Amino acid sequence: MKILVAVKQVPERDAQIRVTADGKWIDEGDLSYTINEPDAYALEEALQLKEKNGGEVVVVCAGPERVTSTLREALAKGADRAIHIEADDLGERDTLGVAQILADAVKAEAPDLILTGLQSDDLGLGQTGVVMAELLGIPHATIIMQVEVVGAGLKVKRELEDGWFQHVEMPLPALLTIQSGGNKLRYATLMGIKKAKTKETKTVTAAAASGAKAIALERVYLPEKQKKTEMLTGTATEIAAKLVEKLKFEVRVI
Amino acid sequence: MSGVLVVMDQRGGVMNRMSFEALAAGKQLAAKLGAECSAAVLGESGGGGGVGNAALARMYSVEHALLKVYTADGYVGALEQLVKKVEPTHVLFPHTYQVRDFAPALATRFKQVLISDVIAVHDGPVFVRQLLQGKLNADYRQTGSGPCFVSVQAGSFRAEAESGEAAVEVFVPAIDAAQIRNKPGELFRESTQTVDLSAAPVIVSVGRGIGEESNIGIVQELADALGAELAASRPICDNGWLPMERQVGSSGQTVSPKLYLAVGISGAIQHLVGMKGSKAVIAINKDEHAPIFEVADYGVVGDLFEVVPALTKAVLAAKQ
Ligand SMILES: Cc1cc2nc3c(=O)[nH]c(=O)nc-3n(C[C@H](O)[C@H](O)[C@H](O)COP(=O)(O)OP(=O)(O)OC[C@H]3O[C@@H](n4cnc5c(N)ncnc54)[C@H](O)[C@@H]3O)c2cc1C
Ligand SMILES: Nc1ncnc2c1ncn2[C@@H]1O[C@H](COP(=O)(O)O)[C@@H](O)[C@H]1O
Repeated sequence: MKILVAVKQVPERDAQIRVTADGKWIDEGDLSYTINEPDAYALEEALQLKEKNGGEVVVVCAGPERVTSTLREALAKGADRAIHIEADDLGERDTLGVAQILADAVKAEAPDLILTGLQSDDLGLGQTGVVMAELLGIPHATIIMQVEVVGAGLKVKRELEDGWFQHVEMPLPALLTIQSGGNKLRYATLMGIKKAKTKETKTVTAAAASGAKAIALERVYLPEKQKKTEMLTGTATEIAAKLVEKLKFEVRVI
Repeated sequence: MSGVLVVMDQRGGVMNRMSFEALAAGKQLAAKLGAECSAAVLGESGGGGGVGNAALARMYSVEHALLKVYTADGYVGALEQLVKKVEPTHVLFPHTYQVRDFAPALATRFKQVLISDVIAVHDGPVFVRQLLQGKLNADYRQTGSGPCFVSVQAGSFRAEAESGEAAVEVFVPAIDAAQIRNKPGELFRESTQTVDLSAAPVIVSVGRGIGEESNIGIVQELADALGAELAASRPICDNGWLPMERQVGSSGQTVSPKLYLAVGISGAIQHLVGMKGSKAVIAINKDEHAPIFEVADYGVVGDLFEVVPALTKAVLAAKQ
């Protein structure tokens, strides 16, 4: 089975975020980047499916030069090949635009299965995978925790709200958006890192954005505080004493 | 094209309560636009009944045997036809898991992009959504010319009790069983839960700020000192550091204790929806901009490895 995994590179979680002077995006100057967390689970699922059923795992990422570090990491963990869709203007494309360049790269590969993360940590749109499936004309299922190959198709476990789940059967080719926690993530081994250097990373240039965007991001800003939170300050011991006062006299739990 | 259409979300005849928040958002938007607000419910039959007395221009009951159980293909096909018939300028949804599964594909059919997980609507209309897990807000505007598709985040709009009577119009879409590619099974839950966090009066909850599994002990000690249940955010359970049944949030348990003490939790929306009903919230986080402070009554900006042990000591001393 040939599996293609779309991985996105996003700012590290603990990064200090600053809005640019024009208020249009964040200052990327001294940010460090990492793989989007659900995408790491999508890669893990793909690697395990390959281990069970054989085949090939190809990782694809659209973005500027810096994203190749994330692709290398995926190769070190066991992906067979990588495709870098070179695009410096992702901010100028909306979801449809990004999904289109990903779909173009997918078409050339004709995989049996496409995995994406369920949501990106930075834009948090939760849609790129579903839009890709629609553009490719293949079935999809979202928020997937488990994937099993059954006959010529798949049986997947979908997460629903409040602890409910559902199995869904579907034909191939198909696209799944993967939720975190379905598997334990592996680390890249030294051997894997060495091997990655010999693996192929193909660079393709993203086609120019076709047509106008359907939606536009106009401004980013720090959220305004809605709630009056009483902040407690001091040394750890002083803070602890203040908290105990609150627990005794306001919250009344001790 | 005119008017706002709100697509309500129901499963097995039970209306998701977020649907009524989306309805409130739809009415607010319609008032801004000086337009009418209608709603739609999909199902096998008689879907329009579930909304009660809502002051709406029209209630579309979208009925077909193939809409009895949810499939993305069935929903996208039916709603594509309804939107083409009604021609609304805006189509609103609650941002439920079911909506996440089909609304992006529906928007794609119209060459539009869903503005997902919206928390506010300003004049323009400008739609506000969060970036970077709630660290920033962003204003979005539609620039395309088709209908504008928007989904609404949980808890952002207040569902109102309303009076009024909507004229119900039955709409039967043309859907063919051959178009539906997925075969959905029954819903199920994992083996019965042994921990019922929803009944706990005091909860101490630990997040990724704890760093390593071996550090969880310091939070357990605080929980023990307070006689509290230990809970966690999703990454802690994903890593297997605590069992899934201790997870709080949209895919875990919903809790409303007297006290919820969040340690090293950033406060992503999927976590907040599970604990917003707590009577009192205390948050300990090293990042002063962490969204958890937005719902906290008392906040401590600091290193949990200093604050938590000090607090445990102080609680034990106070209890003597
Ligand atoms: C469909 C869907 C469903 C989801 N369901 C759930 C759910 O049910 N429950 C859930 O929790 N999440 C859920 N999530 C995930 C959610 O979006 C967040 O990713 C998750 O809640 C983040 O967990 P966290 O706050 O522990 O980690 P992070 O966001 O990584 O936050 C860690 C925090 O710790 C702080 N910190 C770090 N070090 C220290 C220190 N030494 N002292 C003090 N503070 C420190 C940091 O400042 C940061 O704020 C879901 C996501 C999706 C897309
Ligand atoms: N630039 C990109 N390159 C590769 N994959 C992407 C990119 N943007 C989004 N994706 C994929 O789409 C998923 C959902 O992203 P989003 O719709 O932004 O929440 C991510 O988890 C990735 O798997």
